[in-house]
Amino acid sequence: MSDVEEAITQAHHAEWARVVAALTRRFGDLDIAEEAAAEAFATAVARWPADGVPPNPGAWLTTTANHKAIDRIRRENKRDDKHKEAQMVYDDDPPEPLGVIDDERLRLIFTCCHPALAIETRVALTLRMVGGLTVPEIARAFLVQETAMGQRITRAKAKIKAARIPYRVPSAEDLPARVSGVLAVLFLVFNEGYLATGPDTDPVRHELTAEAIRLTRLIRVLLPDDGEVAGLLALMLLTEARRTARVSASGELVPLDQQDRGAWDAALVAEGHQLVRERLAAGVAPGRYQILAAINAVHTSARDVRDTDWSQVVALYDQLIRVDPSPIVALNRAIAVAELDGPEVALAAVDRLEDKLAAYHAFHATRAELLRRLGRSQDARTAYDKAIELAGNTAETAHLTRRRDQLG
Amino acid sequence: MQYLVSVIDDKDNPGSTDRQPAISAFNDRLIAEGYWVFAGGLADTTAATVIDNRGEQAVFSDGPFVESKEYLAGVWVWEVPDLDVALKLATEASKVCDRKIEVRPFQ
Repeated sequence: MSDVEEAITQAHHAEWARVVAALTRRFGDLDIAEEAAAEAFATAVARWPADGVPPNPGAWLTTTANHKAIDRIRRENKRDDKHKEAQMVYDDDPPEPLGVIDDERLRLIFTCCHPALAIETRVALTLRMVGGLTVPEIARAFLVQETAMGQRITRAKAKIKAARIPYRVPSAEDLPARVSGVLAVLFLVFNEGYLATGPDTDPVRHELTAEAIRLTRLIRVLLPDDGEVAGLLALMLLTEARRTARVSASGELVPLDQQDRGAWDAALVAEGHQLVRERLAAGVAPGRYQILAAINAVHTSARDVRDTDWSQVVALYDQLIRVDPSPIVALNRAIAVAELDGPEVALAAVDRLEDKLAAYHAFHATRAELLRRLGRSQDARTAYDKAIELAGNTAETAHLTRRRDQLG
Repeated sequence: MQYLVSVIDDKDNPGSTDRQPAISAFNDRLIAEGYWVFAGGLADTTAATVIDNRGEQAVFSDGPFVESKEYLAGVWVWEVPDLDVALKLATEASKVCDRKIEVRPFQ
């Protein structure tokens, strides 16, 4: 990549959300902001190679985007009063002192992740407006037709305008629930990258995991005192650290206990551990993401799978069940119990979840592994068959098929 | 900004019938806080009549324009600054009415 191309990529990462947010504030319209930002970056791509990279790329891009927006408004012959009428609600009160930085990007994020929008719409809108991904990129990432994804984003912008979804940081009272909504969107993006679905899809979509981490880092800069933001970032880093060790050269999923731990990304592990330590030191009761991060910290602290502190893992799952009593948490707890108390105890716990998890591939995959360890090959085979039928990830299917075919 | 706030009942799983005192108190509060524009409960859908005069002759038909399990039981019109305020009030309204609520902006 040439220096100019690199400067453009860097400016895109660093400035896109800032430009969209500043223009949304000024023009009160997400659509104008998005289009003008895209045009400004296209202008940079056309001009910077010849003119050179401006000394302050962010200011150059904002100014250029402002001009583009004004051009469009003039073209559409919007009179001032009519234009004002269409403006989004903008809260001019300074934010309450919560350690919240009054960054325009926060308003943008909260608007894109508004609970009145469908969750898949929030994901798409966040990736477009905050992440700066193009519509074709988002469509590819979620295996949706480009036109359908374009319509989804267009409809979302129209709803924000028509229903008057405000452009502001929520009040202190609403903030925890709204932050958790934002984190849910980012976690969804990460997970789709980490365990991509679809028969012809790469098992891991690094562009999505990387984007989720980048956006979570941004939220962490904006909300540095929020424990769950730190927890989610740590969880993503500790998961991403194992990415390359998690899929074999032949495209098969490698479970945690069989991974080459030397291939883990030591820098990401160290950063994740540091965040987990910070949260422990904070002495505040942890939420779901912090506990999940702590579980991942225990795993990534063991140089050999045999050194894993399983009693610590089970204790953390017990803590997690208290804040998130879902059957999936109970299933993961059972996997740790198998290491501590043996497969028989674990299988009994897993079988109790059948009502709720019969349609979930990991339920059958877990049963299959436990039945195998108990020497019940026939039952294990049936469970592998069921898991293979339900799994959507190509690497996972390959792994389960091999495990099944190894049964005597 | 005005929103039409619809109270939705369910024929198979109707909300409780003792909500009137709570709804009156909630209305008083909406009025006191300046959000109230209009409120009204509706008679049963069987009392509805649909008129279609798009053709040569007006056609009257008995019953609502769409037969469904869920139906409109009452409406409010609220004047509030933005959707967040409307959603917060609607969240309370759903408890007060013991029914689902739809919030839809006027153009």
